[in-house]
Amino acid sequence: MLAAVQKYFKKDTQAAPLAVFRVLFGFMMFLSIVRFWMNGWIEKLYIQPKFFFSYYGFEWVKPIGDYTYLLFIICGIAALFVALGYKYRIAIIVFFLSFTYIELMDKTTYLNHYYFISCVGFLMIFLPANAYFSIDAYKNPNKAFQLVPQWTIDSIKLMLGIVYFYAGLAKLNSDWLFKAMPLKIWLPSKYDLPFLGDLMQQSWVHYTFSWSGALYDLAIPFLLLYKRTRWFAFALVVIFHVMTRILFPIGMFPYIMIVSTLIFFGTGFHRKIIRFISKLLRIDYSKMVALTQTKKYRFKRNIALPILAVFFVFQLVFPWRYLAYPNELFWTEEGYRFSWRVMLMEKAGYAQFKIKNTETGEQFLVDNTDFLTPFQEKQMSTQPDFILQYAHFLGEHFEAQGHENIAVYAESYVALNGRLSQPYVDPNVDLMKQRESFRRKDWILPFNDTIKGL
Amino acid sequence: MLAGWFFLIKILTMKFLKIGILLAIVAASIAACSSDSDSPEETNDTFDRGAMLANWADNIIIPAYSSFNSKVVEMESATTIFNAMPTVENLQSLRSFWKEAYVSFQNVSMFEIGKAEEVRFRNRLNVYPTNVAQIEDFIATGNYDFALPSTIDKQGFPALDYMLNGLAETDAEIVTFYTLNSNAEGYKNYLKTLSQTISSLSNEVLTSWTGGYRDTFVANTSSSASGAVDKLTNDYIFYFEKALRAGKVGIPAGIFSSGTLPQNVEAFYKKDISKELLLEAIDASVNFFNGRSFNGNSTGQSFKTYLDYLNTIKNGENLSALINNQFAVAKNKANELNVNFIQQIETDNTKMLASYDELQRLVVLMKVDMVQAFDVTIDYVDADGD
Repeated sequence: MLAAVQKYFKKDTQAAPLAVFRVLFGFMMFLSIVRFWMNGWIEKLYIQPKFFFSYYGFEWVKPIGDYTYLLFIICGIAALFVALGYKYRIAIIVFFLSFTYIELMDKTTYLNHYYFISCVGFLMIFLPANAYFSIDAYKNPNKAFQLVPQWTIDSIKLMLGIVYFYAGLAKLNSDWLFKAMPLKIWLPSKYDLPFLGDLMQQSWVHYTFSWSGALYDLAIPFLLLYKRTRWFAFALVVIFHVMTRILFPIGMFPYIMIVSTLIFFGTGFHRKIIRFISKLLRIDYSKMVALTQTKKYRFKRNIALPILAVFFVFQLVFPWRYLAYPNELFWTEEGYRFSWRVMLMEKAGYAQFKIKNTETGEQFLVDNTDFLTPFQEKQMSTQPDFILQYAHFLGEHFEAQGHENIAVYAESYVALNGRLSQPYVDPNVDLMKQRESFRRKDWILPFNDTIKGL
Repeated sequence: MLAGWFFLIKILTMKFLKIGILLAIVAASIAACSSDSDSPEETNDTFDRGAMLANWADNIIIPAYSSFNSKVVEMESATTIFNAMPTVENLQSLRSFWKEAYVSFQNVSMFEIGKAEEVRFRNRLNVYPTNVAQIEDFIATGNYDFALPSTIDKQGFPALDYMLNGLAETDAEIVTFYTLNSNAEGYKNYLKTLSQTISSLSNEVLTSWTGGYRDTFVANTSSSASGAVDKLTNDYIFYFEKALRAGKVGIPAGIFSSGTLPQNVEAFYKKDISKELLLEAIDASVNFFNGRSFNGNSTGQSFKTYLDYLNTIKNGENLSALINNQFAVAKNKANELNVNFIQQIETDNTKMLASYDELQRLVVLMKVDMVQAFDVTIDYVDADGD
């Protein structure tokens, strides 16, 4: 067994798939940054708001005013350098750090696919993705290799496999499978799609999408792994992601996933892609890869493997942390994020905050639009850690204004997956006395229903 | 380069699309068979949002604006008569036309879409409390431009309220401002401009609807933040939450401040119509919710029928009934209030608070449950989802 493991880690393979992945990933990231900027989202999401929701432990990460634009420029340039394979190691580190910083600035914008990109960015720091078909390799023959360890490519496959499989596991719950929720809410509102609009109203379509979605997520890593099913699997990938692109406001993610899954294909296929890119960019393909010959890339110090081993153990274990909390995960969202729970629920809420002087009993309600953007208010009203952080912000704000003996109460209602709205946090709990932590939040009111499954 | 990639993907897709479609059909039929048992009934036809928009436009919005516009025209001519002959009798006549127009306004205030949105109709016509000091300043200098956003609290019905009811205690004294006052012309001019501005704005919005906006509106059935259904749903809920619940009841009752604010009551100077304005606004909201014609009792496609339709898919709580019941409760509570909210706040504010609570429950039902059922996009949130 040990021998087999050792043998595996000594195995080499062609570097072409890794090179193609680097080029496509970097290019997609560059496009994503440009698109984000062109949509005016930097201004809207990171400059305009007066207040930002921090991740627990990352309160020090904040937008930096107009310099936020600089951050995006740095991130975009780094992505481009990654694509070109120019000063790769520094570029990917800068990309990982700047992208992750951007994501940590305000958790209002949390998306699983941003987390996915941070994960892949981190992973790529340790991979020799510039060994082949890169400016680094072109300029310095010492850095050019045709062969890389097999596990470097497999680690990306593993990352993708975890994303899909865990997303599939998360769908194995009674709301998704037996109520076709939340698709039953989302799909009928797509009535204006040509051809599909009427279908979207049909119950059987909702169930079909739910079940096939779950099956797809669970099966796709394996279908992509086996050579015989690979082309079929890739066709499914394209159909599935194009479908989600049509149906949901999902941005660049479908395209990123489609090109990422190309990593599962063999070297011959990736050589063709490289030739194709070379033709497109009018670069001399043979000259570009001539220097590589058949050298093997070897890690100088053996730190990459142990770090990535820890990283993957973390990836495999972290999504299960919700099991440590007694209440319904969808309701309390304790352990919900960073677990590949994608498009899993429809939650709507309403939260009204009361500022009370505990001495005099004087009280008044807060108009949330004074402090939050509509997007922030929407996210805040359904997630307890947002509610808590906002309550503290309000308490401190009014304290600074000269109010005294402040207690902050929230009256809130949340509707989950089409259930009737019900009270969400305990309106009698002074949120100023509660602190954010990994401990369970006992001031969230009970869900009064059960969702069975993982 | 991107085009090249899409081309590649397209080729690959086409190659395997056939197998994909075949598999999708197989999966679909399996799922269809397996789900028959727990889906109550197959929905045969889909909900016609175009018909809902047409009902809103033809039977509610345009008739409501027409009615409002005719009241405003009457108010304007009463203003002309009063200015030509400022007597107590003419003052009372003008005041009653003002009141009728103000009540009628409650039926159109929620439709802040199209031209109304462009001219900020509600802000031009009904921002209160009105700024008395600045109004007096404007009258003294004769220098004002109501098109400026900074003047919204010096015009509209609340400013007229001050000009017709708030200048002095008695009608005879009020009339002296337009007769004996050294700047009587200034008062007359201000009164005229107020009346004319409301009238021209109203006319502008109505002619836009009858002129062609109606067709644009009805045709805009798209399911997006810019679709007419999404937009008007947002407008309706925004109106109900901010203008009706908070503006008419919550703010004066001191919900959002450390003490009560009776000076923020709607029609503060007239005093005894604040309840009537609230009840009219609640009625208008219920009727719109149920798609009831402005002139008559027939109903058409509406939020209610849309919710009922979606519930045949979802088979959940009967949300439209819950909302209608809550409207009834809220209206009953509002009915218990004094005709004069200033008195109500000063004598027994708990009734105002109770009324607010019932309106608040409606906000939750509409903003959380109804919006979730419709899956409408919340205003201006266009970031990605995952």
